[in-house]
Amino acid sequence: MLPLSLALGLLLLLSLACGVGLGATGIGRADVLRFLWAGLTGATVHERDVAAYTIVWEIRLPRVLLGAVVGAGLAAVGVAVQAMVRNALADPFVLGVSSGAAVGANAVILLGAFAGLGVWALSASAFASALAAMALVYAVARSPRGLTPLRLILTGTALAYGFEAVTTVMVFGAARGEAARSAMMWLLGSLGGATWAQVPLAAVTVAAGWAWLRRRAEALNALAMGDETSAALGVRPASLRRELFLVTAAVTGTVVAVSGAIGFVGLMVPHVVRMLVGADHRRVLTVAPLAGALLLVWADVVSRLLFAPAELPVGVITAVVGVPAFLLLMRRGGYAFGGR
Amino acid sequence: MRLDIDDVTVEAAGTRLVEHIRLTVDDGAFVGLVGPNGSGKSTLLRSLYRALRPAGGTVRLDGEDLHAMEPRAAARVLAALPQESSAEFDFTVAEVVAMGRLPHRDRTAASDREICARAMERTGVHHLAGRGFLGLSGGEKQRVLLARALAQQPRVLVLDEPTNHLDIAHQLDVLSLVRAGGLTVLAALHDLNLAAAHCDVLYVIAGGRIVASGPPHDVLRPPLLAEVFGVRAHPVRHPGTGAVQLLFDLLPPTT
Repeated sequence: MLPLSLALGLLLLLSLACGVGLGATGIGRADVLRFLWAGLTGATVHERDVAAYTIVWEIRLPRVLLGAVVGAGLAAVGVAVQAMVRNALADPFVLGVSSGAAVGANAVILLGAFAGLGVWALSASAFASALAAMALVYAVARSPRGLTPLRLILTGTALAYGFEAVTTVMVFGAARGEAARSAMMWLLGSLGGATWAQVPLAAVTVAAGWAWLRRRAEALNALAMGDETSAALGVRPASLRRELFLVTAAVTGTVVAVSGAIGFVGLMVPHVVRMLVGADHRRVLTVAPLAGALLLVWADVVSRLLFAPAELPVGVITAVVGVPAFLLLMRRGGYAFGGR
Repeated sequence: MRLDIDDVTVEAAGTRLVEHIRLTVDDGAFVGLVGPNGSGKSTLLRSLYRALRPAGGTVRLDGEDLHAMEPRAAARVLAALPQESSAEFDFTVAEVVAMGRLPHRDRTAASDREICARAMERTGVHHLAGRGFLGLSGGEKQRVLLARALAQQPRVLVLDEPTNHLDIAHQLDVLSLVRAGGLTVLAALHDLNLAAAHCDVLYVIAGGRIVASGPPHDVLRPPLLAEVFGVRAHPVRHPGTGAVQLLFDLLPPTT
């Protein structure tokens, strides 16, 4: 287990470096390293290098780092949500978060809401509406028996349709073509808007969420076996599910606020990792975030390069690469979804 | 460890599922709970392994209130074999058994492995350790879950239909294995002959209330069986062992 995580960690570092080195503008490897060093140490760069330095340090690096953070967060939350609702088809967005966030984001993009918040308007509005959506789902899904898996999924799915309808009306009513295009880009997920300002907060939230989930890995094992089993093992299913709901809401809300709704990572990475290391959450939650980060860093590189200088939504790449890989792994056999 | 159920009432959604249950399992005794479908057996057992909280009454382990204990502390002394065994994800047998170590503190990976290996050997599933739980037969699953309960190293074992899905040899096997463990056991059982043969004391539950209790052969009398289960029972002696066995047929329709 340790060797695998170490290998993935090293691979991730390497991929981060590649992600910074690769892009629509060709910048030599030596220059990239020089600019990174300059950025780290605060050294000055020559006047003629300023444009290239800005690309490396101000655009690519935060984007690559944010990609890793978002990928890790989506994978970790995907694992947690699947255990929480005990359903292999669940992903971080099944609880209505992403469609909720889309309402807030599109209010900013299309209607110019919260203009007073300046560059923070989009993230703040998306985050706030993601949390509002989660709170609504929570309030509706609650029952005297606590949060039951089926109620959670049904409520999340039903409310997601409602939020999507609101978004569609906004896009439909928007006169400006360019705004509708960026709203579309946001719905599909993109790291194109990454700035340094977003990285620390997102990184801290994802790291804290990951650490918490990893600490509760054994309890998640029990919860995945059923509420009665976890009760018999001394884990209160209702309160664990409540905690999980809060943690996944915070992480998903943060991730969606900075990158939109990037699909596939949170659904498939948990399964791929289970195929490789088994279902024990102690291992899955160690490996999945690393794998999610790796996937998203590379998917983003491809999305930038494929039709450079135009960008594909990164969600398209995760699907194009991920779906065949996933089907191949599944067909190889030995992996059971809920006994089916 | 002695288990006392004192005047326990359990409600769900406003309905009383069991009421005013008094039941005692002495230290090391094997007590059976029998009753028709829907009589409240599982409900009562659920309130013991804390999946349900009684609306009234107390459950005590050697005098200590079970529902006042910290959940993990309770799980260290009382383990259960619940009826549900659904898993959405394919844990291996070894992983399922290892979950039994969850409530314990101060454990090492090595000691956990050893305890789990012993539990798997006792229930005869050691050879399945690397297999996926979802791919097992019903009987194998049941023995794996029993191994998990044993890996909890409890002093009280609560079993809900432990012989479900088991063939006859494994039924006898599992019950004598549980007996031999020297644990305090409360088990809900469907098979009355099996219950009579393995239990020190039987409680009969019907309509959410205890209607009879005592040594099996004092309890399982034809009039009671007719009233509670709606069957006609014929006690016969086992030609080999001399033990009393019950044969059943439906009661003639009353006119």
